[in-house]
Amino acid sequence: MSFEFNLSDIVRDIKPSGIRRFFDLVGEMDGAISLGIGEPDFVTPWHIRDAGIRSLEKGQTYYTANSGLKNLRNEICNYFERRFNLSYNENEVLVTVGGSEAIDLCIRALVSEGDEVLIPEPCFVCYDPCVRLAHGIPVPIVTEEKDDFILTPEKLKEKITPKTKLLILPFPNNPTGAIMDKEQIEAIADVLKDTNIAVLSDEIYGELTYGKKHFSIANVPEMKDRTIIVGGFSKAYAMTGWRLGFAVGNNSVISAMTKVHQFAIMSAPTTSQYAAIEALKNGDADIEEMASQYDLRRRYLIDRLNKMGLKCFEAKGAFYVFPSIKITGLKSEDFCKQLLEKKKVAVIPGTAFGESGEGHIRISYAYSIETITKALDKIEEFLKELGVNFK
Amino acid sequence: MREIIKLLEKDCRLTAEQIAKILKRDTAEVEKQIKEMEESGVIAKYKAIINWEKVDQNLMYALIEVKVTPQTDMGFERVAKRIYEFPEVHSMYLMSGGYDLAINIKGRTIHDIAKFVTEKLSVLDCVISTSTHFVLKKYKDSGVIFANDVTDGREVISF
Repeated sequence: MSFEFNLSDIVRDIKPSGIRRFFDLVGEMDGAISLGIGEPDFVTPWHIRDAGIRSLEKGQTYYTANSGLKNLRNEICNYFERRFNLSYNENEVLVTVGGSEAIDLCIRALVSEGDEVLIPEPCFVCYDPCVRLAHGIPVPIVTEEKDDFILTPEKLKEKITPKTKLLILPFPNNPTGAIMDKEQIEAIADVLKDTNIAVLSDEIYGELTYGKKHFSIANVPEMKDRTIIVGGFSKAYAMTGWRLGFAVGNNSVISAMTKVHQFAIMSAPTTSQYAAIEALKNGDADIEEMASQYDLRRRYLIDRLNKMGLKCFEAKGAFYVFPSIKITGLKSEDFCKQLLEKKKVAVIPGTAFGESGEGHIRISYAYSIETITKALDKIEEFLKELGVNFK
Repeated sequence: MREIIKLLEKDCRLTAEQIAKILKRDTAEVEKQIKEMEESGVIAKYKAIINWEKVDQNLMYALIEVKVTPQTDMGFERVAKRIYEFPEVHSMYLMSGGYDLAINIKGRTIHDIAKFVTEKLSVLDCVISTSTHFVLKKYKDSGVIFANDVTDGREVISF
């Protein structure tokens, strides 16, 4: 007798990413130039890798406390004080397996069946399924190019209902590269202050802003207590493979998240935690150096895209730009497929980040200027062959 | 200006136009500054960094420590000039510590280098002694790592 699994309704109903086929296509293509990666091209700085190696040499191979090494949690508090002017104590910190786990935990800790979660879109791909897995209802708020892809107070107000439990604030944004400044964040805080809505501020790209320093909603005094900040080491310190992130915020939520974390994960990888202590203690200069490299590439990329006719708003954060391809008359996915087939250049269709990404593509600049130049030359050829006339 | 140098030091094939875009400056202005730096010698030369091991396994590199007698009035300068003018000398530094001059030299065989030391260098009146160390392997040169082929280990696309 053969056995058939009866999968959970929720898992079964989560749509596999609609662009799976496109991704497979990229995987099969030999010698393609990719501008489609969402992680730094830098290798983790040597002193941080060395700290990881030394911890292994010393035999530090055991579990840590569920919430993470005390030393690390203290360093995370120092880091927030030093770089973002925010005070937390070690009981308000949880060390997680990447920022992604912290997002999942925070949603699970807060959302009950039927609760609505507001998600500005286009955005990173995990919020919607995480909310569904927690039996919540994802409510997208479409951000627009005319607003520089920020969340406006008007759009926020429109979507608030008595069932709204949580607002996800994903800035600096993947895929648009949008950031929100102090005044824009304060306008959001103004809408929230008379509600019971909590905020999950995903600040994984908080160190990567250009021209303006990142301003967290937790920097607004009345907002700090209702905000959980999610961050991590992946982007700022080029540590994606170490899988280490954190959440900071009110102890009642952090404790609830720790409860789930304890049963699902136990503790984040020990080697990574020791390396992260070194990153926080001696890594500020690495952040500045990498950020300045990204900034050079960003300026080059935006200028060239605009000149070749792909209108591109000036993204000031993360390492992505989100140009419009409407001038070509193609759908995002078709544009990306044809570009790959004809020119062997891979970029990501905007629709991978929500339906509202239609008409755009995401281009990552986590690449050397040389690679970016090569890819852009090919995109330019592609546009010419399409007969795009932008002058 | 410093920003331009930093970019060129990393990749001297960047065009003035590219640099102008990266730094949000005017192309003509960048061209002018580069020209000025070339003329004043701030930019001494544009060269490729070659990993010769991949072309020719037979090349030999050596580091020679040289003790010399400085000369009245001229100090080390004249002595140094006599030595660095030899085309075999790849780079040369005046050092503090146990010896005076550090010379890097490149030859096709061990004999080339031996010949240089015994016939050209040691015979100079101002040279008191030499100590030659052969390079067994080059791991890193001018900030470029030779030891491993650096490839992009990332997945082709990710969110």
